Amino acid sequence: MRFIDEYRASDLSAYLAEQIARISVTPVRIMEVCGSHTVSIFRNGIRALLPDTITLLSGPGCPVCVTAQGEIDAMIGLSEIDDVIIVTFGDMLRVPGTSCSLMQVRSEGRDVRVVYSCEDALSIADANPDRRVVFLGIGFETTAPLIASTILSAKQAGLKNFSVFSAHKRVPEVLAALMAYKDLAIDGLILPGHVSMVIGKRAYWPLYAEYPRPYVIAGFEPVDILNAILLIVGQIEAKAPRLKNAYPRAVSIAGNKRAQEMMASVFQPSDANWRGLGRLAGSGLKIRRHLEAFDAEKIFQMHVSEQCELEGCDCGKVLLGLKTPPECPLYKKVCTPSYPVGPCMVSSEGTCGAYYRYAEK
Amino acid sequence: MCLAIPSKVVRIEDGCGIVDVDGVRRKVNIQLLSDVSVGDYIIVHAGYGLHKIDARTANEALALLRAASSLLNGPHP
Repeated sequence: MRFIDEYRASDLSAYLAEQIARISVTPVRIMEVCGSHTVSIFRNGIRALLPDTITLLSGPGCPVCVTAQGEIDAMIGLSEIDDVIIVTFGDMLRVPGTSCSLMQVRSEGRDVRVVYSCEDALSIADANPDRRVVFLGIGFETTAPLIASTILSAKQAGLKNFSVFSAHKRVPEVLAALMAYKDLAIDGLILPGHVSMVIGKRAYWPLYAEYPRPYVIAGFEPVDILNAILLIVGQIEAKAPRLKNAYPRAVSIAGNKRAQEMMASVFQPSDANWRGLGRLAGSGLKIRRHLEAFDAEKIFQMHVSEQCELEGCDCGKVLLGLKTPPECPLYKKVCTPSYPVGPCMVSSEGTCGAYYRYAEK
Repeated sequence: MCLAIPSKVVRIEDGCGIVDVDGVRRKVNIQLLSDVSVGDYIIVHAGYGLHKIDARTANEALALLRAASSLLNGPHP
């Protein structure tokens, strides 16, 4: 396929890996902050191509995984209201709440439906006028504009039985929290390609100004990721940190302005709870007041607890790169993809799930 | 979850794009893009086009990488 196959070329990957090995002297810790990067790194065996000087850490880049426990419990609580139909992306279905998952409540007869696009929720609302349809809004800036657009379409169509529970998170804000986290000692970041496609390279300028390190926006194929690592290592060796866009086929300086405007017209920044990081100022998105007729939190007067972690589960530490999955006492013993305890094992992009499927094989 | 795929626009119908990914056709909401034409490659996430690939920029960046690698390893066939 065009714009994919060229970036899987093994000769280019081999060249980039050779270059990395040639220039890398200083031991470095590089974090990728996107679940799709995590999966691609495992699937393509990228760790095996890198010299011992480079440690890759997986960060809080899987939206399902960073969703706080209180938010997940609140979503499951919504599904137990009699006239409610929950509509969600598939990733959320098996995420364990404190007592059960959406999959379990569905097996008990509650109405939980999975869609590919959030727009599909509107047809469900239209077809069920006597029920209330709630879409679970999780995701970063890649997904938030789509959900914003759906809310505006619902308004335009005059739908009275559609709302969104917005648990969206913002990437630049969490990156600043990560760089401030002393125990982590991150030398450089591989920045998420598709979040950057929406917010643009310029969204990271404040981060770079406050913590000048090598930051490289990367695509998702092996050539993209190795090229990003080469750029980061080169900057570290030259002691010249830069913010660079190594995914120019998808990312511009300004990003997608229409998507940004759509997001800004529907959502306003709010404080948000993150698994692993706790409450971070301005790191979430809530529905603006003039659209509160579509805000599930207002309609159902939801009480969302402040709880961020699930007791006994180390997902929070895994999300920060403070622990690798095998260092969690539950990993592979109690917690497996068939019987997940924490969200990092459930999601296809979770670090534990990726480890289980691809590592140690 | 932010997975997004480059997809070729094969038709535009009632303001929606029809894309082809390896033979599979799908309707895509293109209201977040300006100026999409048949033949363009757009990056699609959860049913929405979020970016139109600038083929020239993409080809130039790839050519640069290719040139660097052939300096070291000799020209490619």
